[in-house]
Amino acid sequence: MLSRVAESVYWLGRYMERADNTGRLLDVHLMQMPEFTQEELELWGPLISVTGDEAVFKLHYDQINLDNVLDFLTFNRDYSNSIINCSIRARENARSIRETISKEIWETVNHFYHQITHPKAAALMRREPDEFFGEIRKTAHLFSGVIEGTQSRSQSWHFLNLGRMLERADKTSRILDVKSFALMPKTKGQKFSPYDGLIWGALLNSASALEMYKKRFRQVTPEQVVDFLVLDGHFPRSILFCLSHAENSLHQISGTPHGNFSNQPEKQIGLLRSEIDFTEASDILELSLHKYLDQFQLRLNKVGNAVYESFFA
Amino acid sequence: MTFDQYKTDGFFDEYFVEDGKPRSYVRKIVKTINEMDPGELYNRQKAAEALMFETGITFTLYNTDETKEDIIPFDILPRIIPHREWEYIELGLKQRVEALNRFVADVYGDQKILKDKVVPKDLVLSSKAYRKQLLGIKPPRGIWTHISGIDLVRDDQGEFLVLEDNMRCPSGVSYVLENRAILKRIFPIVFQASHISPVEEYPSKLREMLEYLVPDKDNPTVAVLTPGMYNSAFFEHAFLAREMSVDLVQGSDLIVEDDFVYMRTTRGLQKVDSIYRRLDDDFLDPKMFRPDSLLGVPGIMKAWAKGNVALVNAPGTGVSDDKAIYSFVPQIIKYYLGEDPILSNVQTHLCRNKAELDFVVKNLEHLVVKPVAESGGYGILIGPKASKKEREAFKEKLLANPDNYIAQPVVSLSRAPVVVQESGMEGRHVDLRPFILYGKEIFVLNGGLTRVALKKGSLVVNSSQGGGSKDTWVIEPGKTKGTDA
Repeated sequence: MLSRVAESVYWLGRYMERADNTGRLLDVHLMQMPEFTQEELELWGPLISVTGDEAVFKLHYDQINLDNVLDFLTFNRDYSNSIINCSIRARENARSIRETISKEIWETVNHFYHQITHPKAAALMRREPDEFFGEIRKTAHLFSGVIEGTQSRSQSWHFLNLGRMLERADKTSRILDVKSFALMPKTKGQKFSPYDGLIWGALLNSASALEMYKKRFRQVTPEQVVDFLVLDGHFPRSILFCLSHAENSLHQISGTPHGNFSNQPEKQIGLLRSEIDFTEASDILELSLHKYLDQFQLRLNKVGNAVYESFFA
Repeated sequence: MTFDQYKTDGFFDEYFVEDGKPRSYVRKIVKTINEMDPGELYNRQKAAEALMFETGITFTLYNTDETKEDIIPFDILPRIIPHREWEYIELGLKQRVEALNRFVADVYGDQKILKDKVVPKDLVLSSKAYRKQLLGIKPPRGIWTHISGIDLVRDDQGEFLVLEDNMRCPSGVSYVLENRAILKRIFPIVFQASHISPVEEYPSKLREMLEYLVPDKDNPTVAVLTPGMYNSAFFEHAFLAREMSVDLVQGSDLIVEDDFVYMRTTRGLQKVDSIYRRLDDDFLDPKMFRPDSLLGVPGIMKAWAKGNVALVNAPGTGVSDDKAIYSFVPQIIKYYLGEDPILSNVQTHLCRNKAELDFVVKNLEHLVVKPVAESGGYGILIGPKASKKEREAFKEKLLANPDNYIAQPVVSLSRAPVVVQESGMEGRHVDLRPFILYGKEIFVLNGGLTRVALKKGSLVVNSSQGGGSKDTWVIEPGKTKGTDA
């Protein structure tokens, strides 16, 4: 397929996934509010720092608070990763490749764009955040559905999937990272309180992972949460799962059998995925969760760069 | 909402012979609509607009600060043409396109028609659309004007006249197909009343034609070349590529090596054999035409000249839709085919002739004056609608460069009913743009695009200036009873 089209379809996947994850993260934070005091809600800070775009935030706002964070991450048109900008870019990409994607995919992306750019969208978010973010989540599910149900598994599907999976792996690592500052036991041997459990529960919720987590583990502990969100092979938002699926799409694109590689992205992602295959949660915590995730994100970026060099450049 | 209060106001009306008396072939639909619940027609009209918005059938507007997309207003009352009238139109269109193709081939070949002084040589050679670089080139299968859109209007007697030829990638065909699809979804009940010729075969006919231009290859690679998603007709480019299942490429996707054209794919370069280009000649190849064009493909003209790629339409065809040359089309038909034209032109004054210029200047308030090389309804003066001041200003432009203008009497244009609001229906002026493909044979798409001037009293149907469109039906033969009054 055309390199430009492959690139657009890949970014379509990434932007839709990015918007979905940002919405999810904000939603869970808002839902937690009644249970926490203002002080504890300083958690808004990490929400910005985890994007890696603190500097951009500070250009626009004086202080970190609920209104500013919501505005920044949702409706700020000057911030390239806000939900509204993700919707605009996803739609621009989709529009430029309408001949390639199914009608249903286009209509879903178009709907998402109209949903978020609607003149009354901001007012709805403030009045009924639950409904607002719920609708966004529904559109994201619809997007997943039409991708699964209406697009042939040709190269275009695999580039779309590659974009989604790489973005999701990155976002799961960031969701985990939000809490890594605040939540890891400060000193060795510090007790894990039930209250912390609530916060870890919220974190799992951000990744829509709480229910599936509970099917596997009885209690919420940091080690098991890390195990689940990084190393679980079956949960569709875990890092390992996303990487395996991204890797599979790369192999489908090139036609190279698994266990081999024919290009740099295949090599990079194969290395990263197999390393995680042989990692345990305790290894991660030993190094420190934050450091581990930091390194992971750097290596994931390298995969992204290799995809660009091999297919789009 | 019923047709009871509908007024023809003395115009030739597509639905009514006179007030209260529908034409035989619209009787069924008029009856169906008259029997609907009050308000339902309006609800359907609104539903159609919402559907177009939701499905993103939009075009891009540039006249605001922010580029903005809008739908082309769609009116749900179909424009209906009985088969026997259509047959005659179809013959006329085929004849016209065949003659124009011969004309273009001649202009870039031996120029016999110029030597025989049937068309003035300087008129052709000075046309903005004439490309002297193309002299001596023979395109694949000798076809130049592969796709044309010929604008027809009806005068106050209902006779179809050719208003304008569009031979450089005319747009609008995607609306013909989308309008039909929308109407079927929103207003299925009206389809039960009639047998309507299908339009859905167009994309496959288009692809067949594009493949026909590559005689020596079994499964040639076809692509649609677009200037990009910010072009006002991008929707159509993407639509046609999707419907034909071919790649939609931009200039930057293509590269010329050793006079062959390739596209850049995720698996390396792939040769392209036939290109439906929706890019003006000027931008096509910076090596031959505008050197500052970033949209085009350097070297593509040489590849075409060598016969290594087909370009549709062929470069240089604009010479056949120049509005000054238009006035010679009846002679062109006679010259090449030895036949009288089936479809007549609108009477046209060439301002380059002194006597006609004087006439035009004296009669500005009765005439429509158009620049010869523009399209889209830009730069025209509609005398009777213009203020005295506007006419004076226009006169100066005209006298400064008379060669650039033609003038025509105002054709009254037929009217058809449109849904205006909850209260009712009113007549609006319409034209018709049929689409013609020239491949192995000449194919005319049933019906075409009916454009409608939605502003009350307006004669301008262009979408860039407040025009909308209607689904256009050709009623199949032998399936309507009764006679036309």
